[in-house]
Amino acid sequence: MLSTSEVVRSRLLAREGGEEVYELFIGPQHPSSGHMRFIVRLDGDVIVSVDPDIGYVHRTMEKLAEGREAVKAIPLLERMTIIDSHNVTIGLVRAMEKLLDVEPPPRARYLRTLLSEINRIASHLYGIGIAGIMLNHSTMFMWAFGDREVWLQLAEELSGARLTHTYSIPGGVRRDLPQGFADRAEKAVRYMTRRLEEYAKIFLENPQVRSRYEGVGVLKKGEASRLGIVGPNLRASGVKYDARLAEDYAAYSEVSFEVPTLEEGDAYARMRLRIEEIKQSMSIILQVLRKVPEGPIFAEKYLKLLPPKLREQVLSTGRVKLPALFASMKLPAGEAVARAEMGHGEIFYHLISDGSAKPYRLRVVTPSFRNVILFRYLMPGHRFMDFPAIYGSLDYFPPEADR
Amino acid sequence: MSGPSTREEVKQALERLGFAVEEARDVLRVRLEPADLRKAAEELLRLGFDHLASVGGVDWPAEGKIEVVYHAESYEPGKRSFLVELRVKVPRDDPHLPSLIDVWPNALLMEREVWEMLGVTFEGNPDLRRLLLPPDWSGPPPLRKDFRVEEEGIYVEYE
Repeated sequence: MLSTSEVVRSRLLAREGGEEVYELFIGPQHPSSGHMRFIVRLDGDVIVSVDPDIGYVHRTMEKLAEGREAVKAIPLLERMTIIDSHNVTIGLVRAMEKLLDVEPPPRARYLRTLLSEINRIASHLYGIGIAGIMLNHSTMFMWAFGDREVWLQLAEELSGARLTHTYSIPGGVRRDLPQGFADRAEKAVRYMTRRLEEYAKIFLENPQVRSRYEGVGVLKKGEASRLGIVGPNLRASGVKYDARLAEDYAAYSEVSFEVPTLEEGDAYARMRLRIEEIKQSMSIILQVLRKVPEGPIFAEKYLKLLPPKLREQVLSTGRVKLPALFASMKLPAGEAVARAEMGHGEIFYHLISDGSAKPYRLRVVTPSFRNVILFRYLMPGHRFMDFPAIYGSLDYFPPEADR
Repeated sequence: MSGPSTREEVKQALERLGFAVEEARDVLRVRLEPADLRKAAEELLRLGFDHLASVGGVDWPAEGKIEVVYHAESYEPGKRSFLVELRVKVPRDDPHLPSLIDVWPNALLMEREVWEMLGVTFEGNPDLRRLLLPPDWSGPPPLRKDFRVEEEGIYVEYE
C-alpha cells in the first residue's frame, strides 16, 4: 500500500520544471473555468503540472455559520452548490437531527428522497452540459440545460423554490406532495428516458467525443481510493461506494437501486456513469411515488409546540409553519457527524455544539474539495488539449470547493 | 451491511496499541498526544482506512488549545458505515503537528486549509501556501474565536 503512496507523492508534488517550462494562467474569468484559476506549466504542449487556485469566491461559510442560529445555516450552506441544493443540506439536517435526537416521520423521509433524486438528475445534467461546452459541443450544452428545466420545474412544484429549496428542516420537510405531482413526475421520467437515447447518439457515441475522452485522464482503482475521491469519479474507477449505502438517511434503505460502477476509470467512463446514475435516480423516483406512505410530514415533537389552530392548518394544508422556537432552537451540547451523497459525491459534516443556539463549530467538506486534488494528479503528461476534456469529465463545481 | 465484528475489530486493534477508544454514534473517537498521531494513522492505514474524509480544527481559547480533528474513512464494505476520528490538542500560541501526507496523500490540501484557517503548522507538508484567502491576507487566522466577522449594516454611511 505504501508504494501507492510514493507514486501519489511524486505526482502530486512535481511542480516547477526547468527553463523550457512555460507557465500559463487560465481563468479566473474563463468561459470554461468558472471563477477558478489554474496555473498550468507546459513543456511544449505537454502538461508538466497544474496548480488549481480555488479561493476566488471564498464565502467563509464555516465561520459565518458560527455567528448564526443553527437553523439559519441551512439556507446559508445551500448556496454552496446551488445546482444541487437539497443534497447539500440534507447532511447538515441529519447532523442536527442526531444532536437534537429527533427522527423525521416516514412520509418526510420519502419526500426527502424524492427531492434528492430530482436534484441529482438536475446536477448530472448540468455536469454533462458543461462538459459538452468544454469540448465545443454546444448542442449537448443546450440540450442538457434545456432538459434540466424539466426537473427544476418538478422541484419548484414540490418545494416552492426553483433553486434554493430549503426543503428539509430538522424533524421533517416543509411541504407535502402537491396534487397531481406523480403524473407529472412520471411524464418527466418518460421524456428523460427518451432523451438519454438521443444524448447517446449525439454525444456519447459521437466518434469525435470518444476520441477526446477514451483513455484520457485514467484514474486507477487503488489510486482513487487512496486519494479519497468521491462520487461518480470514484465509481467510474471501479470502487463500489456510495454514501447512500454507508449512511442511513432519507428512505434509501427502503427502495431498491443499483450503484453503477465502471472499470476503465477514464474520462469516457465518468461521463457514461453519470448517464447510468440518471437512470437509477429515475427508477428511485418512480418507486418513491408508488410507495410513499400517508402520515404527517413533520415530527410530532415540534408539531405539539404549535397553537391548536395553526396545528390544524399545518395538518390540513401540508405546509409547515415553523414553531417560534425554531428561530432560537438550542442545540444540545455534543457532536454529530453526517455524510450524504450529492450529485458530485459525498459531503461530510461535523457539527460541534456547546449548548447554545449557535453552532460552536461547523466543519463541512464538499465533494468538489475532495476531488480538486485530481487536477494535480491526472493532468501531468497529457497534451494541453486534454485539459478541458478531463476538467469537464470531473464535473467540478468551483463555488462548492470554496465554501 | 457492516457487521459489528469489523467495527469491533478496528476498536480492538487501536486498543492493542494502547489508545483509549470512545464509541460515538457514527465514529470511533481516539484522543491522542501529538507524539502518537503518526503511529495511530499508520495503524489505521493498515486497517484499510486509506484516506481522510476531513481534517478540521476547533479553537478552544479558554483552554489555550487548538484541537485538530482527523476523520479517516474506508471504502471497504464492512468499514464504510463509520469513521475513525483522531483528535489532537496543540498549544494555541505555538501549534505544531507532523504532516500526514505520507500516510494519507489527500491530507495535502486539507492540511493547507487548517494551516491557513487556524494557524497550525504541519511539519513536512511542503506546500503550505494560501488556499482560500487572498495572498495579502493579514490578521489572526480566521477560524480562531478571536477573529470577529464584521458585517455591514443595511444603511451605509455616506457623505
